Amino acid sequence: MPAAAPRPDAIKAIPVRHWGRWIGAAVVVYLLAALLYSFVRSPNVDWPTVWEYLFQPITLIGLARTIELTIVCMVVGAAGGVMLAVMRLSDNPVLSWIALGYIWFFRGTPVYVQIILWANIGVLWTKFYVGLPFTGLVVASADSGTLVNNLFVVAVLALGLNEAAYAAELVRAGIISVDAGQMEAASSLGMSPTLMMRRIVLPQAMRVIIPTMGNETISMLKTTSLLAVIGGGVEMFGRLQQVYAQTFQIIPLLVVACIWYLIVTSILTLIQARLEAYFGKGFGEKEAEAAEKRTARRTSKAAAATLKAETVQEGESR
Amino acid sequence: MNRPVPGCLIDAATLADEAETVGKPMVKAEQVWKSFGKLDVLRGVDFIVQPQQTFVLLGPSGGGKSTLLRCINHLEKIDAGRLYVAGELMGYKERGNALHEMKARDVARQRASIGMVFQRFNLFPHKTAIENVMEAPVMVQRVPRKQAEQEAIDLLGCVGLSAKLDTYPAQLSGGQQQRVAIARALAMKPKLMLFDEPTSALDPELVGEVLDVMKQLARDGMTMVVVTHEMGFAKEVADGVALMDGGVIVEQGPPREILVNPKEERTKLFLSKVLA
Repeated sequence: MPAAAPRPDAIKAIPVRHWGRWIGAAVVVYLLAALLYSFVRSPNVDWPTVWEYLFQPITLIGLARTIELTIVCMVVGAAGGVMLAVMRLSDNPVLSWIALGYIWFFRGTPVYVQIILWANIGVLWTKFYVGLPFTGLVVASADSGTLVNNLFVVAVLALGLNEAAYAAELVRAGIISVDAGQMEAASSLGMSPTLMMRRIVLPQAMRVIIPTMGNETISMLKTTSLLAVIGGGVEMFGRLQQVYAQTFQIIPLLVVACIWYLIVTSILTLIQARLEAYFGKGFGEKEAEAAEKRTARRTSKAAAATLKAETVQEGESR
Repeated sequence: MNRPVPGCLIDAATLADEAETVGKPMVKAEQVWKSFGKLDVLRGVDFIVQPQQTFVLLGPSGGGKSTLLRCINHLEKIDAGRLYVAGELMGYKERGNALHEMKARDVARQRASIGMVFQRFNLFPHKTAIENVMEAPVMVQRVPRKQAEQEAIDLLGCVGLSAKLDTYPAQLSGGQQQRVAIARALAMKPKLMLFDEPTSALDPELVGEVLDVMKQLARDGMTMVVVTHEMGFAKEVADGVALMDGGVIVEQGPPREILVNPKEERTKLFLSKVLA
């Protein structure tokens, strides 16, 4: 191979000065500072009240409920979403159409209306039956009241079932984004459709699904605030609303709500980044390094195993 | 890359099984038809591949070679005719006078004993080289993880990739990816290997390393059906060659006859263009 010439010195050029950018930025920062100042120093915000309510049990218990609801609704939504997505992609036209109809209804009506609808479901159906429809066979029955009186159940039904419709489309998009060659390779290796879905398709679909599901979770956290309309203190905002309805400390308590929502959504964003890194396995930039580490681990494990085997042999020969 | 060691790619048990079936055809196609909508892609294909033989399908694009290959392991359903692998009808059960479609599980069982290598490699991108090779033995054949790992290490060593066990496909060259794909198919200890233009997506200088593995596999006694444009491969290791065009086999026979003294005008025309 001919020897390359020695590397020359890099070009040292004087960069273009962007004066316009500097002036523009200065103006924007100046205006923002004014806005922030007027907010922080406003007597109407009443910071002592903000600090007082930020850590009051009524807020913290509400916050815990909000997080709990977000998790439960997302689990219901994600599970329902995977089920609906698989139904939608199924060869069975009945299943596919049922999924399509479900998504049509729950995406086509506002979630606020759905919440109120679920809260009033007892007016539509006064009793629930477990049995065979059209035959008169009833195994068990219950008043709707027992269901609807538990506002947590109403909240999970309203938000979870709504989320399932959106999650279904996200999961479906993730599944169809996986290269068809992957399915062919998996089937040629003798994988059954279920195994192929679980081991090959869904893990790859996750790379597409996780970022959007993270957004959905953040969105769900904020959507729980709509549940204030059914009252009962099932989440944080409704509780704070009940307080300021009596004390008229509207702005301070809204600030409290905003602070907590921002803190939790920030934490969720960090978790989302971690999950993306995990499901991006095989697509990252530092893969060569990571491969070396894995190999080192394997070799040291193998060496340890041989050492152990040799020690055992020595022990036996003695 | 060093040439693979003879006998390294197939284990003795598989080879013994294959030797037992000598005399009974490994693949038998009888008047196979396949159409996509109004387009007839295969129009009555007949051929036989004996155990331990390498059968090469040549011909222009769109002639039906790849479709025929995909019919052999039932990735495509045939519309008429019969296709047998190791004496078993693929994808259907014959009971009385009626053909019954097989359940997905039974089709999967049939496919497990037929390895396939694709033009675009189709490695699982979320799994390392060794995980790609271990996946099907562990999940489909329920081979203990330890044993599957050792076999995967051995196989990847055979194809010259001992240093790349823990590397994801995205960090491998095309030739390396295709060698992992061959190892992945061999890990299932198949009785038949199908190759669908395995070198067509490779840089010219990487073609040799993949062909070396395939030649060794052929010499070791694997039964192979290969769709390729590599005339050298066909000349060197094929036991039978067929030229496909317009959904039919125009001419078939031993490579010496087909490649050197073709009888059909279509074959002569094709060879003159390919060998020019």
